[in-house]
Amino acid sequence: MKEMTAVQDALFRTLADPTRRAIFERLCRGGEQTVRVLTDHAGISQPAVSKHLGVLLQAGLVRGRHEGRQTHYSAQPGALAPLVDWTGSMVGFWQRRFDSLEDLLKRMDQ
Amino acid sequence: MKTPADTLSVVVERDIAHPPEKLWRALTEPHLMAEWLMQNDFQPAVGRRFNLRTAPYGKWNGVIDCEVLAMEPRKSLTYSWDSGEGPLRVTSVVTWTLTPTAAGTHLRMEQSGFRSDQPQNFQGAKYGWQQFFANLEKMLARTE
Repeated sequence: MKEMTAVQDALFRTLADPTRRAIFERLCRGGEQTVRVLTDHAGISQPAVSKHLGVLLQAGLVRGRHEGRQTHYSAQPGALAPLVDWTGSMVGFWQRRFDSLEDLLKRMDQ
Repeated sequence: MKTPADTLSVVVERDIAHPPEKLWRALTEPHLMAEWLMQNDFQPAVGRRFNLRTAPYGKWNGVIDCEVLAMEPRKSLTYSWDSGEGPLRVTSVVTWTLTPTAAGTHLRMEQSGFRSDQPQNFQGAKYGWQQFFANLEKMLARTE
């Protein structure tokens, strides 16, 4: 409904990489996981997985929780909200529809 | 426990200088709905599926898929409101509430959508993550 903002653009860029997207998807589905567990499924090296996690962390799509020597990563799907920021545009839409409805009701009187 | 605050919703309210009976007609008769809302094939029956149609916009085909979920004549009307594709798919529910006032009717519209914190609800129950990512991929391929 409106032009893509910088935030949306950044989210799309972050998720444009298939491997990174697969890691994010796995976290969305499977809940909190460590780098080692993610690496077992990713088919790439642990440093490569860590690098992708860094990008996801920076975009706010993933959060890290430290526990002992390990970090547990979890998805933050709420960060995707800017991609579906429909609430703002819907308020304007409904205000205009209410205006049209009132116009119609006046015409129905006649 | 998740709170209802996680649900995204839009509320628009207005005092209308017309009685509920008349407002109800405007909200439920297809030829009247077409004048203020959109072209439609609405029928006032719970379980009835219908479409609202407007001009296509960008990648959106302009079609909204709806189903009447609840209805109490002259008092309230609820229908689902799903539109868009891929990551921009919105699954929501629109509820109209009519309250008689001395001067006419207080009209309230609430559109509530997916819960932003829950991936399994993000696209609604019938629209899984798999589909979301598949569509995102397609969309990215088109935009590059």
